[in-house]
Amino acid sequence: MLALLVAQNIAFYIIAALMVVGALRVVTCKNLMHAALWLVLVLAGAAAQYILLASEFVAITQVLVYLGAIIVLFLFGIMLTRAKTGTDDDLDNKNSAKFIGGGIAVLLLGLMGYSLIDGFKDTEFGNLMVQRTAQVSDSIFSTYLLPFEVLSILLLAALIGAIVLARRD
Amino acid sequence: MFNMIDKVWIIPALMASSFLVILFFGKRWGTRATAGIGIAAVSICLLLSVIVAGNWISRVNHPPTGVALAAEVVQANGLTPQTGENIAGEVNAVTHDSGETVAAGSHATMSETATTGASASEHGAEHESVPPVVRAVTWFQIGGIEFEMGTLVDGLAAMMLITVCIISLLVHIYSTEYLHGDVRFTHYYAFLSLFTASMLFYVLSSNTLQMLVGWELVGVCSFGLIGHWWEEKKNTDAALKAFLTNRVGDIGLILGVIITFFAAGGTSFNVLHINEYALSQSANTTLLLVGALCLFGGVTSKSGQFPLHTWLPDAMAGPTPVSALIHAATMVVAGVYLIARLYGVFFSGLAIGSSTFHYVAFIGGFTTIIGGLLAFVQTDLKKVLAYSTISQLGYMVMALGVGAWTAGVFHLFTHAFFKACLFLGAGSVSHACHHTFDMREMGGLRKKMPITHATFLIATLALAGIFPLAGFWSKDEILAGASSGQQSSYTIMLIFGLITAFLTAAYMGRAYWLTFWGDYRGHAKPHESPKVITVPLMILAGCAILFGFTNFPANFFGIHLPGGVTTRFEHFVEPTFAFPPLQHAEFTPWLAVVSTILAASGLFLAYQYYEKNRGPHGLTSRNKVALAGYTFLENKYYLDDLYTGVVAGSTKGPLARAANWFNQNILDGIINGIGLGARKIAAVVYVFADQLIIDGAVNGSGQGSEGAGQLLRKIQTGKVQQYASILFAGAVVLAGVLVFVV
Amino acid sequence: MFLNQFLLLAAILFCIGVYGVLARKNAVLVLMSIELILNAVNINLVAFGAYWNANDNTNVSGQVFALFVIAVAAAEVGVGLALVLLIYRNRQSIDIDDVDMLKG
Repeated sequence: MLALLVAQNIAFYIIAALMVVGALRVVTCKNLMHAALWLVLVLAGAAAQYILLASEFVAITQVLVYLGAIIVLFLFGIMLTRAKTGTDDDLDNKNSAKFIGGGIAVLLLGLMGYSLIDGFKDTEFGNLMVQRTAQVSDSIFSTYLLPFEVLSILLLAALIGAIVLARRD
Repeated sequence: MFNMIDKVWIIPALMASSFLVILFFGKRWGTRATAGIGIAAVSICLLLSVIVAGNWISRVNHPPTGVALAAEVVQANGLTPQTGENIAGEVNAVTHDSGETVAAGSHATMSETATTGASASEHGAEHESVPPVVRAVTWFQIGGIEFEMGTLVDGLAAMMLITVCIISLLVHIYSTEYLHGDVRFTHYYAFLSLFTASMLFYVLSSNTLQMLVGWELVGVCSFGLIGHWWEEKKNTDAALKAFLTNRVGDIGLILGVIITFFAAGGTSFNVLHINEYALSQSANTTLLLVGALCLFGGVTSKSGQFPLHTWLPDAMAGPTPVSALIHAATMVVAGVYLIARLYGVFFSGLAIGSSTFHYVAFIGGFTTIIGGLLAFVQTDLKKVLAYSTISQLGYMVMALGVGAWTAGVFHLFTHAFFKACLFLGAGSVSHACHHTFDMREMGGLRKKMPITHATFLIATLALAGIFPLAGFWSKDEILAGASSGQQSSYTIMLIFGLITAFLTAAYMGRAYWLTFWGDYRGHAKPHESPKVITVPLMILAGCAILFGFTNFPANFFGIHLPGGVTTRFEHFVEPTFAFPPLQHAEFTPWLAVVSTILAASGLFLAYQYYEKNRGPHGLTSRNKVALAGYTFLENKYYLDDLYTGVVAGSTKGPLARAANWFNQNILDGIINGIGLGARKIAAVVYVFADQLIIDGAVNGSGQGSEGAGQLLRKIQTGKVQQYASILFAGAVVLAGVLVFVV
Repeated sequence: MFLNQFLLLAAILFCIGVYGVLARKNAVLVLMSIELILNAVNINLVAFGAYWNANDNTNVSGQVFALFVIAVAAAEVGVGLALVLLIYRNRQSIDIDDVDMLKG
């Protein structure tokens, strides 16, 4: 058990580091394509974290949807907006805006960190059981049926909306 | 003879209906029908008045006694039951014919002095207390006070009824000829009927309010009749003067009515009630004095006393029959009647017989003199007679003032006849002399107008007071009353009376000699007047001869006629109920002789001066004092100037101007000032409060919002990232608050 | 493993995402930053869900919620990119600062 735990921790820390680095690169990269690729890293790391959290279904969904579809969408978007390949200097705001953004982000981090550390200091996961997909589906189609249906309508609306907005006429 | 005394209201009602008929149908039916209606109505009224007088005489001869008396007194007269018992007691006591103590003992409600008690017993021995016949209906009621309308018949009322009806009838007949062809014949007869109705109404009144109504009505008729020929301005001026002068006196009358009403307990206007109160022990004599003086104010104007006599001579502008009826015989005696009727008030208030304040008597006496003096300087025959009337009215008032009640009323009675005769005679004279009254254009008429001359002479002698005509008896009784009446003697009044006796004879003599003797100085062809004019004159002259004997004294120079013949007038006319106990002066032989000598000498001097032209003619042109005196008299003591110029003029002029100034400058100034001030305040408020503060606040809030909006709109940059940064910053702040504070 | 680890990771990612939203000019990069934020939230949700599940095995609400977030994120990116394309077509640039026609 201990070995598992140790392994889990190590895995977590490595993946977490990668994710943070990736995220930082997303927001600081001067190359649009590279930023998208770094985002892939972050998203993949998230999927791995899900597996560490014994949530297999959402991990797979993450990979499918995010890595599969959304990144592709982003790449299409980048392509269709004729982004400059290679370094593009025109991707960031003015420095003043960056400072303000940085300040806010730091403040927010400080606040959240403090409250999290203060709140969940010694909370441990108990016995992490695998959350089976069957359970998830049961839950969706019984307890959360209504949100599910609404979500489907939302997706429909988004689909139609996107088509309508983006069609060329 | 049926009982007319209960239905005596028919008499004025009859005259009133005659008035209405003439008013509505006179013009259509013509002058003959109008005159006929008037004469017929008055004749019937005269007949009824005679019947009423007969009823009263039989009542006096057989008065109700005992229980019937008390009941009648209480119920019909509205007096207190105590008075009824007292009267019953008095009646029972008197029938014993015992000494004065018994009578005085039951005279609990009568006056205090022992002498009057004695006289009451002497009085009571003659006849018992006979209450007047009062019939009244309630007119309306306000606050517990009943206002009634009713009639009161006693000897005084019956006497007045007969007088008014006789003279009114003769005037009606006379006027058919005098106003023949007049432009407003029917109008005149309507007014005559109305006047007669009003005078009868007044005379029969049972309460002071009704007397007020009648008083005013006769004033209105006087106004209308004086101004009968209103085409000439002087006639309308005279009518207005009469009415307005009377109005001035009416203030006093109204005040007197009110004061007596409240003095007598504020429950009833009934004349007997007021008299009874005035003579009771608990009467407030000061209040009664004020009331009596106020009432006398009305008398001053209506009965031509000094100083409100100025309207009477001017009233001669009306037709002569009007002057005879109204301003000699009937209306002007309304004031005298008032005093006679409310004699209890005057007796108590002025304390006649026991005080020294002889206001009424003095004014009466003074009026006789000034009237007499003014009659000397007149050239207009009617004006002489007018001043004579003033003087004789003064006699009547003086008599009432000294307590000689019967004398005054008797003089009223006799004077009415011989003065009416004089006026109608003057009318006859002017009718013949082309409607002029100027004595300078007359003369020597005795040959051309014998009947007029004879009647005029008889009336003149009666007025002068020559034995055995009516004036002698009545005037002598007044003088006797002044000399030995209620108290030892009213010396001044006696002197006034004697002087005036002389003056009366003198000025009447002057008028007589100027008119009927000498050569004719005019331009017309005078001839005797038709029968319609002369027959009334003859009737009146007959009255002047005979009526004096109705009050033949008990002891006349030693002649003692049987008791049922002497002093009949006094016996039947003098009230015995709610009437002060008066002492009656005996016939004084020396006074009678003196007054006759004075009268005769007056006539003789006038004869010498005017007929024989002896004496100081042209004195006024030689002597300054005489001229001043003459001018003073000619200008009627400058009273007219005083009233018109000073009183009216100052009210019209300075007073009105002052009031106008006050109104324009002060009152209007205040109001304008308030308006101006309001405007200024409004301007200030507008600038400061409204513009500055309120508008400033409103505009300011608007501008503040706008400014705030202008500032705040800078936030809306349209830049999404800025929105996002604000969003996240806000989230940070809120989270911080949530974590650290809450 | 501590719950805190995952939560702190999520917080870090969230803040990086916030920085990215505010600092990047390109619209697509802003959308990418928003994806970062959403993912951070998802990690948070799943961590709590697993924590809850450790106590009560029948409860899979964390996962379900995270699924819904993923679906919504997908929809949102779709529409967002459509909008970006539209903006690009009209202006030939996807500079966010140029899209300020709704300024007050």
